[in-house]
Amino acid sequence: MFEIHCPYCNEKRAEIEFSYAGEAHIVRPNAKQQPVMSDEDWSRYMFIRDNIRGEHAERWWHNAGCNMFFNAIRNTVTDKFVMTYKMGSPRRTAKQIDVARETNTADKAKT
Amino acid sequence: MSAFRKAGRGIVDSAKAINFTFDGKTYQGFEGDTVASALLASGNHLMGRSFKYHRPRGVLGAGSEEPNALIAIDRGTGRVTPNVRATTQEIYEGLNAESQNRSPNLKFDMGAFNNAFSIFFPAGFYNKTFLWPKSFWDKVYEPFIRNMAGLGPAPTADDPDVYASSYGHCETLIIGGGPAGLAAALAAAKSGEPVILVDENPQLGGSLLTTPTIEINGKPARDWIAKSLKILSKAENVTLMTRTTATGYYHDNFVALVERITHHVPNAKIGKVREELHRIRAKRVILAQGAIERPLVFNGNDRPGVMLASAAQAYLGQYGVAVGNEAVVFTSHDTAYQAAFDLADANIRIAAIIDVRDEVQNDLTEGATQRGIKIIRSAVISKTFGTLRIKACEIYEPETGIKTKIRCDALLMSGGWTPSLHLWSHSKGGIKWDADIAAYLPDVANENAVCVGACNGDFGIAAALSAGHKAGQKTGGGRKVYKTNEADFGTGVVNNGLPNYIDTAKQKAFVDFQNDVTEKDIKLAVLEGFKSIEHVKRYTTNGMATDQGKTSNLNALEIASKAVGKPIEKVGLTTFRPPYTPTTFGALTGYRDAELFDPTRKTSIDPWAEANGAVFEPVAHWRRAWYFPKAGEDMHAAVSRECKATRDSLGIFDASTLGKIEVVGPDAAKFMNLMYTNPWSALPVGGCRYGLMCREDGYIYDDGVVGRMAEDRFHVTTTTGGAPRVYRHMEDYLQTEFPHLDVWLTSTTEQWATIAINGPNARKLIEPFVEGIDLSPEAFPHMKLREGKICGVPTRLFRVSFTGELGFEINVPSHYGRALWETLMEAGKQYEICPYGTETMHVLRAEKGFIIVGQDTDGTVTAHDAGMSWAVSKKKKDFVGKRSLARTDLTANGRKHLVGLLTEDPNIVLEEGAQIVTDPNQPIPMDMLGHVTSSYWSEPLGRSIAMAMVRDGFNRMDETLHVPMPNMAHKVKVVKPVFYDPKGEKLNVV
Ligand SMILES: [Zn+2]
Repeated sequence: MFEIHCPYCNEKRAEIEFSYAGEAHIVRPNAKQQPVMSDEDWSRYMFIRDNIRGEHAERWWHNAGCNMFFNAIRNTVTDKFVMTYKMGSPRRTAKQIDVARETNTADKAKT
Repeated sequence: MSAFRKAGRGIVDSAKAINFTFDGKTYQGFEGDTVASALLASGNHLMGRSFKYHRPRGVLGAGSEEPNALIAIDRGTGRVTPNVRATTQEIYEGLNAESQNRSPNLKFDMGAFNNAFSIFFPAGFYNKTFLWPKSFWDKVYEPFIRNMAGLGPAPTADDPDVYASSYGHCETLIIGGGPAGLAAALAAAKSGEPVILVDENPQLGGSLLTTPTIEINGKPARDWIAKSLKILSKAENVTLMTRTTATGYYHDNFVALVERITHHVPNAKIGKVREELHRIRAKRVILAQGAIERPLVFNGNDRPGVMLASAAQAYLGQYGVAVGNEAVVFTSHDTAYQAAFDLADANIRIAAIIDVRDEVQNDLTEGATQRGIKIIRSAVISKTFGTLRIKACEIYEPETGIKTKIRCDALLMSGGWTPSLHLWSHSKGGIKWDADIAAYLPDVANENAVCVGACNGDFGIAAALSAGHKAGQKTGGGRKVYKTNEADFGTGVVNNGLPNYIDTAKQKAFVDFQNDVTEKDIKLAVLEGFKSIEHVKRYTTNGMATDQGKTSNLNALEIASKAVGKPIEKVGLTTFRPPYTPTTFGALTGYRDAELFDPTRKTSIDPWAEANGAVFEPVAHWRRAWYFPKAGEDMHAAVSRECKATRDSLGIFDASTLGKIEVVGPDAAKFMNLMYTNPWSALPVGGCRYGLMCREDGYIYDDGVVGRMAEDRFHVTTTTGGAPRVYRHMEDYLQTEFPHLDVWLTSTTEQWATIAINGPNARKLIEPFVEGIDLSPEAFPHMKLREGKICGVPTRLFRVSFTGELGFEINVPSHYGRALWETLMEAGKQYEICPYGTETMHVLRAEKGFIIVGQDTDGTVTAHDAGMSWAVSKKKKDFVGKRSLARTDLTANGRKHLVGLLTEDPNIVLEEGAQIVTDPNQPIPMDMLGHVTSSYWSEPLGRSIAMAMVRDGFNRMDETLHVPMPNMAHKVKVVKPVFYDPKGEKLNVV
């Protein structure tokens, strides 16, 4: 069972309080974009996911906690969370993820 | 003293005799014995029959790795525990153990004919057995396999015992209480921070318990253990847990420990806790699980009396039991010599040591010479003799071709050691192949965890102690050197198949003893094309038995890698998964048993329904009144009566389970416009509207009546089962796609009790109790809502109807629900008020053609398909599902449409789910047009009615179709799905 850091509660809580909510940063086309999208483009938005082996940007919902949806970077191979961040903030860059990973390792080494 | 008990050996308490039974016969052992050690002390090696071939089996090991000696412990009805390892079950006075998988008894087993026909059970026999004809599947093959492949008997009654569960935390969790674990605990204890040390055995000490001649720093190992335990028990920050198995290692150092509390206690009372599941979150984990000796794979290696050398050593060292009078040792590793020496020193004759290697270290040959033991090098055992116990074995020297048969009553084997990486593997720790010890060792950690001692390849007691001490220290600290009198741990060789003059096909060389997988099976699997070790495992079932391949995985891997022609490190190890050893359902369930297993939600009116004879049905987590039978009525009669009473006069229904969500805020209407297909901006305050919700894929997701309480407030209702997912769906969009909208969502399902009153007398019933609301049809038309009071209690009163009759849904705060219900029941007597349940509700709505989401729709139905295009706004620029509804596929011709069906014979009630065809005589497979979604007997109409999804249904009105059912195909006419009062006049009863 994971310990997940909720960026709204700013606390690590047990996984039992959370639900997984799919890949992050998939933006819903707005009312102007939708009518001009081809069926193929629309299906790409609807169904096609990266299914990354490695560090994956995904959404979690703190449903038995503060009720907020947030984003996370989690490694799908090691099942380790690299970082979590609030909904609406931009996709994390490779560099930001590197820094977070190194900080985690440094924190771990301290204990 | 039993025949095979050696005076002065072992740490069992010979002053405390204990009687127990095995297969009805009484045996005596001592306190500290296991069932296995006590049986062996009586000279009884036969303890079980194998899984597939029913071959007689004795113990292979002396601990939790045991694959053969599985027994059932019978403590009375509902308290039979099958598949307990005789090697770990402590004896207690009155223990009643039974062998398994034999009939009529262990010595004469009818099932053993499988052994003679073993040619029928090759690798993949499960897959290969299910051959045509189909009629043989459930009549012949399945019963046969089930009978044959029995482990223990399944319990026939509820388990009356109590199982506890708890959560815990610690700084350091140490798993394994052998030398490495104890040294780690001693070092970790000094930090003052919480430490938990667990061991699956009754006593701490691990391998030190089985090798009593070992001295640590000049003192007997037993003294070192005693001193260590004294320190640890005194330390307030240390918790010692014995008889506790770490069964699974999960993310972020979350470890499940199962403590067996009364498994060793005579007459354990019902009501006392039998096991406790501890869920521990540890800052760091030290794994000191040790290593398990590997069997050698040779012809006849499974006869009772053939066992691991270390097991024989343990039976002698810990239990004072000789596993025989004359033993042969067969090895590819040095450690077996120490086992042979231990036995020889206890006056057990060692007939010979057969070593597959041509070179043996001098100190070992000297030790053997001193004890008069003959060593035969470059030799193997090619055959064993004896049925229920080994009698002799044949030694084969491939270089010369010499074969020698020698007598023995025990055969001790050693193929080297396998570090126990089970929990490390659960934690996703990396592993690397170590060619020197021919085993996988821990590599990079994935969690804050470390392996120490034999499981890390730190073989030998001094090495284990040092490694444990180092790991236990909080920060660095110095190394601690331990001096012991142990012999060098030595080395061994990898066994890439032992030579034999006998044809492989005629050998019975077992790899997985519990699942009866032989060397031949693994080779056959590779030959048949299974190259990946994961496939070989599944095809042969090697390592898939309850022992999880503790003694077989490495041997299987070696055989497979040779057969595939790839080095072992390229073949890879199969993944270990929890649990480490079999775990009872009781431990996993804990307190969440019976009514606590899954929560049952009940409305405030539920106690009334129960008191008034309702039959209930589960709907999502709710239990709902299904129907209210009167004396002598069956379901059909009760539902017919309830339907008629409601249509004729007055029905009352508990609708409290309907999901309710309060949507509030300045942008509430905008949000509703996006979440539902209908338009909401123009809905006036006090107005209601049927709302239809899609997912983004355009298919119907949920529905319900929505009332506008105020400009900025909607009272949304959802289906009973859909409430949680609709709430999540709304929150998700609000927080992530429409965060600019100023809206708040609150789940209010539990806040309101909802009573639906339907029938011509509905208004007359409630009128006397309502204050502040003008109920006249002019002031309060259909699909409006009003706030006021009923019986002096605040109410949100909806004039809506799910039956087609004049109807009201009265919402009052939950705790007033029952009082209001009882008041209305009393007042309703004059109208012969009839309480009805969900079945009548379903029939009444079907008579009107109202859909039930999830029954008439299945996640691939659009609003148009369901005949509800009217509910989809054409003007809105956006709503969830809008773009998908424009997809070519969803606008194409030939989609299935929701229609009504009337059977030609009005008495036939179609089966829900039945298929619909144009011509019932067409060849199979028929072209199926759709299926029946709802079907009922309609009492008011005096005939059956049905709803169905039918291809191109809207264009088939009045067409005759056919519905094949088990006896015959029935003719049906396609109609509009409104059977009762199509003009809706009944709504307007004054
Ligand atoms: Zn939170």
